[in-house]
Amino acid sequence: MSLRVVLTVGMLAAASAATQAQTIYPLNRADILTGAKFDFKVEFPGAPAEADAKVTIAGRDPAAFFGKPGTFVRNEDGQDYSSYVIRDVSIPTAGAVAVEAGAAKVSWDVYATPAPRKAKNVILFIGDGLSIAHRTAARILSKGIAEGKYGGELEIDDMPAMALISTAGSDSIVTDSANSMSAYTSGHKSCVNALGVYCARNKNTLDHPKVETLGELTKRRLGMAVGVVTNTEIEDATPAGMVSHTRRRSDYNDIVEMFYKVKPDVIMGGGSVNWLAKSTPGSRRTDERDYIKMFEADGYTFAGTSTEMLAAGKAGARKLLGLFNTGNVDGALDRMFLKKGTVGRFPDQPDLTDQVRVSLDILSKSDKGFMLMVESGRIDKYSHSLDAERAIYDTIMLDNAVKVAKQFAAKDNDTLIIVVGDHAHPVSVIGVYDDERPGQTPREKLGVYADAKAPNYSKPNADGYPDSVDVSRRIALNFGTFPDNCFNAKPYLDGENVPAVAGATANTFVANEKNCTRPGSVRMTGNIPFDGNTETHSGDDVLLTAMGPGSDMFHGHMPNVRVFKVIATALGLGE
Amino acid sequence: MTVSLPRRLVLGGVLATLPGLAWGREMLRFDGLYKKYGVRGMEFSDRVRQLAGTPVDITGYMAPPLKAESNFFVLSSEPLSICPFCESDADWPVDIVVIYLRHVAPLTSAGARVTVSGRLDTGSWSDPDTGFVSLLRLMDAAYALA
Repeated sequence: MSLRVVLTVGMLAAASAATQAQTIYPLNRADILTGAKFDFKVEFPGAPAEADAKVTIAGRDPAAFFGKPGTFVRNEDGQDYSSYVIRDVSIPTAGAVAVEAGAAKVSWDVYATPAPRKAKNVILFIGDGLSIAHRTAARILSKGIAEGKYGGELEIDDMPAMALISTAGSDSIVTDSANSMSAYTSGHKSCVNALGVYCARNKNTLDHPKVETLGELTKRRLGMAVGVVTNTEIEDATPAGMVSHTRRRSDYNDIVEMFYKVKPDVIMGGGSVNWLAKSTPGSRRTDERDYIKMFEADGYTFAGTSTEMLAAGKAGARKLLGLFNTGNVDGALDRMFLKKGTVGRFPDQPDLTDQVRVSLDILSKSDKGFMLMVESGRIDKYSHSLDAERAIYDTIMLDNAVKVAKQFAAKDNDTLIIVVGDHAHPVSVIGVYDDERPGQTPREKLGVYADAKAPNYSKPNADGYPDSVDVSRRIALNFGTFPDNCFNAKPYLDGENVPAVAGATANTFVANEKNCTRPGSVRMTGNIPFDGNTETHSGDDVLLTAMGPGSDMFHGHMPNVRVFKVIATALGLGE
Repeated sequence: MTVSLPRRLVLGGVLATLPGLAWGREMLRFDGLYKKYGVRGMEFSDRVRQLAGTPVDITGYMAPPLKAESNFFVLSSEPLSICPFCESDADWPVDIVVIYLRHVAPLTSAGARVTVSGRLDTGSWSDPDTGFVSLLRLMDAAYALA
């Protein structure tokens, strides 16, 4: 049981020398925006007397520095450490700030954002898992290639500013979508599975020290309109990163509550089951709150289909909640061509392009500008499932959505557009699978080097999609990591690939035998840890392209937290 | 629809012949459980409503169990590509059926296709031991490899 004591100097007798601090949050070398809120926390090993748990910030008592009393909690959550916490603080002036706790020292770089504000609006496009090879493959399929030259440029490539973004987290060199999005939306590096918090030792996932997110900051500081738009479940890591504070990205029900707290003006995606009262069949809530009704009561128009979403835009809605699937919205290949996935159950799901159009109609009514985040989220999910064609089609969809934003921005040139992956996948374009080659198996069908002739997809339609992926010379977008699986180098026309299924015992996975009966199929021995069931992320850098006011700040290599700094600077978010 | 008697029946982990199981009992299919999967909720099919409280059979895949030996397991329409009991952020498919066996049994058929016989129970219900929320259950059940 923890002992909660409000810090008052001299309350506990000093019995020993100053205690060695274990960890100070924010961590060493944190970049902190002036005026942005965060929780200050120091964790001391063991159970020192309060007077021994000495902390100074810029040589001052933290309570005096922040103008707010702190709390000392001995044996927090019954664990072998004690903590000193001041929540919801900010620093108004720029400069280096030294923090000392016992022998531990960290330094923060507090930065301001000089006037004048450069951009009225920001549109941040996230291609979840978007890697170089996804772009190359999308360019080949949607623009065509002959004599080594493409038939045109992708919208995401045709932008003046570019940077290489590194994505490592505070805990590892390979991160996940929660931590990587959190870096973009808060400017702080954290650890895998964390959203808007530093990873401290708290037992409750919602108690970890928080950092303010773009969704909160742009509303609080500048009164901007905010949009969060995705084709994944809206509670999933990337969209959640705009509003959420939790150590565990799977706290979906809590994340819905966090959306309600921040109230972005436009919220669109899938994942409706966490918005329904527990008594509604299909609900995944554990309480009786119906968040759809709660948002409606707060003036939001609800759209459950593409038709309803377009109608809401036409009718001049000022706030929109769109939930188009109980799970993820189906990808472009399934919705527009194969009619697989959940298209039978949800035949009227929107395309990301229309989601962006309606979002811009609504958000551009704000005279204080808007912050819109748009995610093409299944590039990542289809890469995890080793489903190259679906990942490529959703990259083309991202490109089309960016085109809509560029057309909007061209009118006034006061919108910063950023397109970036949040982390990479180990994907590469290694050649083509050519049915003209003799043999049946993938190694016989694979043409490399001079045998990697241009694929023979049909001329793409007006939206850049070939009408079929089932052609005789297909792009070989291959994956560097995989579980045990069966593979025949043909597209999955009956629905998203399921490479491996749960084994008979917990934490084991075996090849999905359904794939083993496909013609030419071979058994691939997995190369990932045994408890893994899908392809994994990689620690490669990702590409960022940008245009509009402020985009010139992107160049060379930048750590992911600098994307936040550029957005903050372009908007003048600091004090 | 009728179904032939499964060759091997497992009751409480022991191979046995179930006196209650007979030719002609009602077969449920995973694609016939719900008539509507809307974003604002699901609706049971008319057939599920009619059969509630009566003995039925259903064929699906036994999900990896929470414990090696239990009277409780999850039946899914396809082999699971995730292990929701293993990973905190993995979700069950929406159309699962929760199986309560008549007796605690070693769940040796995890991952396998099985036919389960039991009394159909409908409506949202939280398991008092695990907190697991289910919409459809087969109670007093037994299963056999399909």
